[in-house]
Amino acid sequence: MSDHTASPLIFESGQDGRANRYFERGKGLDQFLPREVLRADLPIPDNSEMDVVRHFTRLSQRTFGIDVGFYPLGSCTMKYNPRVNDAMANLPGLRDLHPYTPDAQAQGALRIMWELERSLSSLFGMAAFSLNPSAGAHAELAALLIAKAYFKSRGETKRDKVIVPDTAHGTNPASAAMCGFKVISLKSDKRGRVSVDEVKKVLGDDTAVVMMTNPNTLGLFEDHVHEITRAVHGAGGLCYYDGANANALMGNARPGDMGFDLMHLNLHKTFTIPHGGGGAGSGPLGVAKHLVDFLPTPYVRKKNDAFVLDFDMPKSIGPMRSFWSNFAHIVRALAYVYANGAEGLTKVSQLAVLNANYLRVKIREFLETPYDEICRHEFVASAQALKKETGVRALDIAKALLDRGYMAPTMYFPLIVPECLMIEPTETESKETLDAFVDALRDIVETAKGEPEKILAAPITTVVGRLDETRAAREPDLRWRPRSSPAKA
Amino acid sequence: MAQPDGLLYSKEHEWVKIDGETATVGITGYAQDSLGDIVYVELPKAGKEVAQFAAVGVVESVKAVSDLFTPIGGEVTEINTGLENDPALVNREPFEGGWLFKVKLSGDAQTSGLMSAADYENFTKES
Amino acid sequence: MYTPHTERDIAQMLQTVGVDSLDALLRVPDAVKLREKLEVVPALPETGIVSRFEELARMNPGASCISFLGAGSYRHYAPPAISALAMRGEFLTAYTPYQAEVSQGYLQAIYEWQTYICLLTGMDIANASVYDGATALAEAAIMALNENGRQKILVSRAIHPNYRAVLKTYCDGLDVTIEELPVAEDGTTDLGELASLTATKEYACVALQSPNFFGVIDTPGSAGQAALKESGTVLVAVIAEAMSLGALQPPSQWGAGIVTGEAQSFGVPVAYGGPYVGFIAATKEHLRRIPGRLAGKTVDSNGKEGYVLTLQAREQHIRRERATSNICTNQAHCALIATIYLALVGKTGLRDVAAANLQRTRELAAAVESIDGCSLKFSAPNFNEIVVCVHQPARHALAKLEQRGILGGVDLGRYYPEYDNCILMAATEMTTSRDIQTLAKALHEVVHVHTSTRSGPAASDETVNV
Repeated sequence: MSDHTASPLIFESGQDGRANRYFERGKGLDQFLPREVLRADLPIPDNSEMDVVRHFTRLSQRTFGIDVGFYPLGSCTMKYNPRVNDAMANLPGLRDLHPYTPDAQAQGALRIMWELERSLSSLFGMAAFSLNPSAGAHAELAALLIAKAYFKSRGETKRDKVIVPDTAHGTNPASAAMCGFKVISLKSDKRGRVSVDEVKKVLGDDTAVVMMTNPNTLGLFEDHVHEITRAVHGAGGLCYYDGANANALMGNARPGDMGFDLMHLNLHKTFTIPHGGGGAGSGPLGVAKHLVDFLPTPYVRKKNDAFVLDFDMPKSIGPMRSFWSNFAHIVRALAYVYANGAEGLTKVSQLAVLNANYLRVKIREFLETPYDEICRHEFVASAQALKKETGVRALDIAKALLDRGYMAPTMYFPLIVPECLMIEPTETESKETLDAFVDALRDIVETAKGEPEKILAAPITTVVGRLDETRAAREPDLRWRPRSSPAKA
Repeated sequence: MAQPDGLLYSKEHEWVKIDGETATVGITGYAQDSLGDIVYVELPKAGKEVAQFAAVGVVESVKAVSDLFTPIGGEVTEINTGLENDPALVNREPFEGGWLFKVKLSGDAQTSGLMSAADYENFTKES
Repeated sequence: MYTPHTERDIAQMLQTVGVDSLDALLRVPDAVKLREKLEVVPALPETGIVSRFEELARMNPGASCISFLGAGSYRHYAPPAISALAMRGEFLTAYTPYQAEVSQGYLQAIYEWQTYICLLTGMDIANASVYDGATALAEAAIMALNENGRQKILVSRAIHPNYRAVLKTYCDGLDVTIEELPVAEDGTTDLGELASLTATKEYACVALQSPNFFGVIDTPGSAGQAALKESGTVLVAVIAEAMSLGALQPPSQWGAGIVTGEAQSFGVPVAYGGPYVGFIAATKEHLRRIPGRLAGKTVDSNGKEGYVLTLQAREQHIRRERATSNICTNQAHCALIATIYLALVGKTGLRDVAAANLQRTRELAAAVESIDGCSLKFSAPNFNEIVVCVHQPARHALAKLEQRGILGGVDLGRYYPEYDNCILMAATEMTTSRDIQTLAKALHEVVHVHTSTRSGPAASDETVNV
C-alpha cells in the first residue's frame, strides 16, 4: 500500500481506436435491426488490454483480503479460502454447464448438490437443506416466507410477530419486515444471553418465529437454548437458527438437536468460499421434517439411482432466485467438506474456539472484555474505559490496526456493547499470527495512553486517510459522467 | 444546548411551536447532536393528515437513522424544502432554519403529553 | 483441514486459556449434546479431491454438447485476462469494503461498475449489484410499492417465467397482488389494456422485459409511455440478456424509471445457474429507495479523492426492520468480472459482439425456417433468441435432439402450456455455422421421424429422460 498517487478511472484512460480484437468485425447493426430500436451512441471507452490489466492489478493492490493479512472481522469468519476449491469450480464440466441442461446430462452436478445437501443435513441435524438461497439474508427471507406459508396452511393467520434478540444481526428484523411480520426486540440479560423469562413474557398465540444466533454475536453459547425452543414450540411458534456463527459448533453440536425448525448457513463463512469483496455468497436453508414441503424450488432428489431437480412441490414458497443455486459455490463448499470429513470439521470448530479464547485472555490484559468467560468462535472487547481516559475510541483503534497491517475487527456491533470491538480469529490462523496481533493491539493501547494524537491521526500508511463520509452522503457522487453531460446524481 | 422557551417538547425529542392555528415542528438540539451529521430528512407530504405521536418520517445521519414522530396532530400544510439540498440546516439551526414541517391544527389538537423547556431540559439530563 | 496448529501449540494455548482440553471449551448442556454419528462425505487428500471432482465433472456430458440453450443464461466469450485479474487474492478474499482506507481498489471498481451500468442503461444511478436478474426485479417492485404506496403490480407475461415466479415468492410475503399483461401474436406484450388499467392508479409499477423471454424486442411505445406517466406508474425495465445493451436503445429512452437485469453475459460463466450478478439502475428520484450497497466518491482529511460505501442508513445493519431491503451481500466479485469484461471489450467490442449475436441468430433462424415442419413462432424484431414451432410436443423433439448430442433449447411448454410445440433457441458469438448445420440436419430428421410415427405412443419418448 505504498502507492499514494491517485488512481484514474478506467473511463479517463480510454481512447477511440484503441480497441482489442476479441470478436470478428461484423456487419453494421442496422443490417439486422430497424434503426429505431438501435442505440444512437455507446459512451464507454475502448482501452488496450495491457492498460486494463494494469488498471485492475493496481486496484487489487489497493485492496485488503485474507490473502494479504489477518482479518479478525467478528461474525464474518474470514478463514483461509483453499485454492483447490476454485480450481474445482473452474473444471469445464462444471463451469460450462447450462442451468437448463436436462437432468440426464447433468448427473455429476446434481450429485454434487445432493452430496452437499445430505452432508449439511447430517452436520446440522436438519431433515433437508435447500441450496436455493443466494446468501444468508436471502435464506432468512425464505425461512420467514416458509413460516408464513406453514401457519397459513394450518389456518393460524394470527401469528404475525417475530421475536429477535437485541444482539441479532440487522438482517433478522429486516427480513421479518419484508414478510410483513412485526418485530419484537428482546433485551439480553446480564450474562449477555437471551433470557428464558423474557421470551416467555412475549410468547403467545400471535408468535410466529423466534430468531436466535447461537453462539450469539457476543460469542457466547446460549446455554438455555433448549428451554427457549421448548417454550416457543409450546406456544405454537417456530424457532429459527441464524447460522452466521456456525463455525463455533460445526460437528460438535447441532441446531436440530437444540430444537430449531429452520436455519441458514453462510457458505462464505463456515465453508471457506471466498467473500469476493462482498459476494456472491450462498445461504443454504435447513428445515426440520414438518417444513420440508415448503422449501423453495427446485430441490435435488435421488430417485432410484438418478438425481433430479424437483420442481413439483405444491406447498413450496416458490423459487428465490433465477436459477437453482450458486452452483460454483456449492462445488467449493463440497470440496471443503471432502478436505475435512466429519472429524476434520469437528476439529475446525474446536480450533476456532481455541483461537478466540487465546486472543481473549491475551487481550483482556489491556482492554476490557465485558463478558469475560469462555467464549466460542469470537468475543467482544470494549474501548469504553480507554475512551474516557484518552479520547481514543474503537474506531481509532481500528484505523491504527490498518496502519499495522491488520484488518480491523467488526466495530460498534452488537449494539449493546459501547465502543465495541468484535474479534473473530478463525481456526486457520497460527499462534504466531495471533501473538503478533496481540502485540500490535497492545502497542496501540499503550500509545493511546501516552500519545493519543498518534492514534487519532491513523491511518497514515494507507493510500488515503480517513474519508469524509458526511460529504459522501450529503452530496452523493455515485458515478463518473462523460464530459459533455454536466448533471450530477 | 439550551432549549428555547415558548416551545413544547416531546419525549421523542421533537419540538412544536404553536402560533394560532398553525404549528411548526422540528427536532431538538439534543436530538440533532446525538444523531450526528444529518444527511437526509424524509418528511410527510403536504396535505397528509397526521395523528399526534404517529411516525411521519425519518431523519438519517451518516451512521444512524431515527423515526420522526409528530408531537402534534393535524394536516401537514408545508414542509421545509430547503432541507432537500441542505439537510445540515437541522444540525446548524435545529430550532430555526432547520424546522421540518408545519401543521394546521385539527379542532381537537392535543398538547397533552408534551413538556415545557425546563421539563425537557431535566428529561434529557435523566436519559 | 487448513489449520496450522501443532500439538505443542494446542497444549500451550489451552494452558494460557486455563482449561485442560478442547472439549472443555465446547461444553454444551446435556439436553443438546450431539448423540448421532455424522454422515458426511469422507475425508480425502487434495489429490483425491481433484480426481473425485474430475469424475463428477465427467458425469455432465451436457457441458460440452452443441447447445442452443439460453433463456436467461448465455454462453459468451470471456477473454482470459478477466480471470487472471479477478482471481487475484486481494479481490477474491476481501470482505465488503467497510474499511475504506484499505479497500480503495475494490470501492473504485464498484464505482466503475455503477458507472458502466448507468452508461449502458442510460439511467442516473445504479447500485453495487444484487443477487441476480430475478431478485433485481423483485427488489425493484418493492421500491415502486414503497414509493407510491399502491398495492398491485402489473407484469408482462413475456418476462422470464423464473423472474415472475421469484417476484411472486417475494410478493406473497408482502400480500401484494400481481396481474399479468398477455402476449400478442407477434411475440411482444399486448399493451391494449395498458392505458385503461393504469388509469385506475392502482398499480405501483408495470414491468416489461426487452428483449423479452422470446427474444423479441418489447418496449412500450409512446402511447404506453404516456399512459404510465399520466398515472404515476413506474416503468420497470427488465434486461435478461445484458449483451443486447450494446446494440439496442437504452431503457432510459423508452421511459423506464427503474432498470433491472442480469449481467451474467459479461464474462460470468453459466456454471449451472450461479453465481450471477443482478443490477438495479434508476432515475435519481429513486435514490433513497434503491436497495443494497452504493459506492460513492468523497475526499479524505487532506482533500484527496477516495471512495466509501455511502448512504448506508438505508441498509439493514442500521435501519433493521425499517430498511429498504434485507439485502446484505451484493455480488461484488461477479460485478468485478463484468466490470473487467466491459473495460476490455469497450464500445467497439460490445458492438461487434452484438453484431455477431445477431448474425448467428439470423443464420439459425434461416436454417430452421428452411426445414419442412419447422416454423418461427413470432414475427417481431428479435435479438439473439428465436422461438421455433416444431408442430409436435417440444419435449419430444428436444429428447430426440439430446440423443443426437444436441441441446436444442428450452421447451416452452414447461412455462407456457399454449406454446408446448415451441422451442426457445439461443445463438451467440460462440455458436458456429457448423453447430447450426448440425442442428438443422438433426432437427430435419426429428421432425421427419415424428411425421412418420405420429400415431405412436408419446410414452416411448418419455423414457429418454429417465
